[in-house]
Amino acid sequence: MPLLQAKNVTHYFGGLCAVSDFNLDLEKGELVGIIGPNGAGKTTVFNLITGVYKATEGDIQFDGTRLVGMRPNRITGLGIARTFQNIRLFQELSVLDNVRIANYTQLKYGSFSSFFHVGNFTREEDRTIQEAMDLLAVFKLEDYAEETSKNLPYGLQRRLEIARAMATHPKLLLLDEPAAGMNPNEIGLLMEFIQWIRKQFDLTIILIEHQMRLVMGICERLKVLDFGATIAEGLPVEIQNNPQVLEAYLGEGVEV
Amino acid sequence: MAKRWLLPVLVGIGFVLSFAIPQFNLINPYYQLILIYVGINIILTTSLNLINGYMGEFSVGHAGFMSVGAYIAALLSTRIFPIELIAWLFPVSVLLGGLGAALIGLVVAIPSFKTRGDYLAIVTIAFLMIVKSVIENIEAIGGPRGIPGIYKLTNLPWTFFFTVVAVWVIRNFVYSNFGRGVLSIREDEIASDLMSVNTRTVKLQAFVLSSFFAGVAGALFAHVLQFISPRVFDIVKSTDILIMVYLGGIGSIAGSIVGATVYTVLLEVLRPLQVWRFVLMPLVLVLLMIYRPRGIMGLREFRWFIPSRDLFARQNWQAKRERKEVSDAAPAS
Repeated sequence: MPLLQAKNVTHYFGGLCAVSDFNLDLEKGELVGIIGPNGAGKTTVFNLITGVYKATEGDIQFDGTRLVGMRPNRITGLGIARTFQNIRLFQELSVLDNVRIANYTQLKYGSFSSFFHVGNFTREEDRTIQEAMDLLAVFKLEDYAEETSKNLPYGLQRRLEIARAMATHPKLLLLDEPAAGMNPNEIGLLMEFIQWIRKQFDLTIILIEHQMRLVMGICERLKVLDFGATIAEGLPVEIQNNPQVLEAYLGEGVEV
Repeated sequence: MAKRWLLPVLVGIGFVLSFAIPQFNLINPYYQLILIYVGINIILTTSLNLINGYMGEFSVGHAGFMSVGAYIAALLSTRIFPIELIAWLFPVSVLLGGLGAALIGLVVAIPSFKTRGDYLAIVTIAFLMIVKSVIENIEAIGGPRGIPGIYKLTNLPWTFFFTVVAVWVIRNFVYSNFGRGVLSIREDEIASDLMSVNTRTVKLQAFVLSSFFAGVAGALFAHVLQFISPRVFDIVKSTDILIMVYLGGIGSIAGSIVGATVYTVLLEVLRPLQVWRFVLMPLVLVLLMIYRPRGIMGLREFRWFIPSRDLFARQNWQAKRERKEVSDAAPAS
């Protein structure tokens, strides 16, 4: 049984069809890329999976649980984490707090303990600091733990966003344009980095990206969206030579 | 780590003083009264800061919660509790006033699930109006005439006690898993949801806690003013609390204490100016907003108020790691 299964997912914004008839069977451990021109509905697919939007039609199942209609925090709790196209850190908060917030469901104490700092408050808080700092160390961010996250340089903010997503203990990681604003050299490092976290945390990954080099380099399978519709699907090599894809990206009648 | 014992010691000294001052009349009663108002305003400001500063919403309904607490406590001590016991049962009336307000806070929290920003502000204004007209229309609790003849039960020790409890509990909440959730809602609610924070739970807790202490402050207020009516708790009262929050600084316990103290004392000091103080104070606020838009202590905190676990998180972790590395490297004997 696939880890994530999307069946005929369709979503409308008013009269506009943002995603139509989207299907995906994602096996555990896969790294799948979703590509397509701007406005093709790629991020909407992520928003549908993570519960930001409720799919108008169709069904999404994760590990045998139906996701449609579930609140985003519960979906994340099931093990789906994501990053954002335009970085969305908790800007005024420290790097450590950013990661600790994503640890929310791991802390087992109630309101009363939080009001008076009694019960298992101390043990749980000590544990979450330990866990968050260890995670920051894995991502080589431990020296910035007390820094306000908006003050980090761009590259570190991107890395912190992934670290924060990892703090939710995901099985499936959704990366929304992780290479946005990076130069070719940084993209090369990012490719290695993605491969590394995939192995380190035993992850399944879906990647949205514009940078062909990144997508072709690490994705095992690609889906191409255009105006909400899936126009092609297959191995990177197949996609590269697919006339429909070339047309969507470059326009009609282009010879390559 | 140095001097972290100082804060508990200061609180202890403060508590002793709060008994000694009225007992031996160390300062004149007018100043004592100002101190009581400072305490009540600290409770109001800190609790409103939880919603407006830490959560980043804009609630205008704080006077509404205050009035619920004030009416419940006043009714208990004037009508229900036997007169011989009211001095002893005073903390009970205050707590029940707080609980009543907390219950109302629970109801107001529900619109906050769907509504935010300006729209939630309008919901809280509506709530304030509803509370006022409900009280005005119930003859049994005095209607528009209010409740006169409340005993003066709020004294310096009780005010000090409730102020310390309010500040301590709210500070504890802020430095907990849920408090961090509250902060994340201010920063980016959608990201917060997507990082597994149960924003509904967290909002409920914040509203309930905030309105509980607004109720407590209202109960204390009723027993020092000795007369309450719906007009006491109108939007002007809410505005006063808002001013103290933004003067002191959003998202800061220290800021709330400073803001409430400065505002309350300044209004009294400027009393000789009569009507002109209501010209001067807004002017001060306008200047403050221009030069320090986040208030005196905005988003900053006294180190003493931050639990040492959070303050030294990285150092402790590093020290622990070094110890471990050393023990790993140590030769087996």
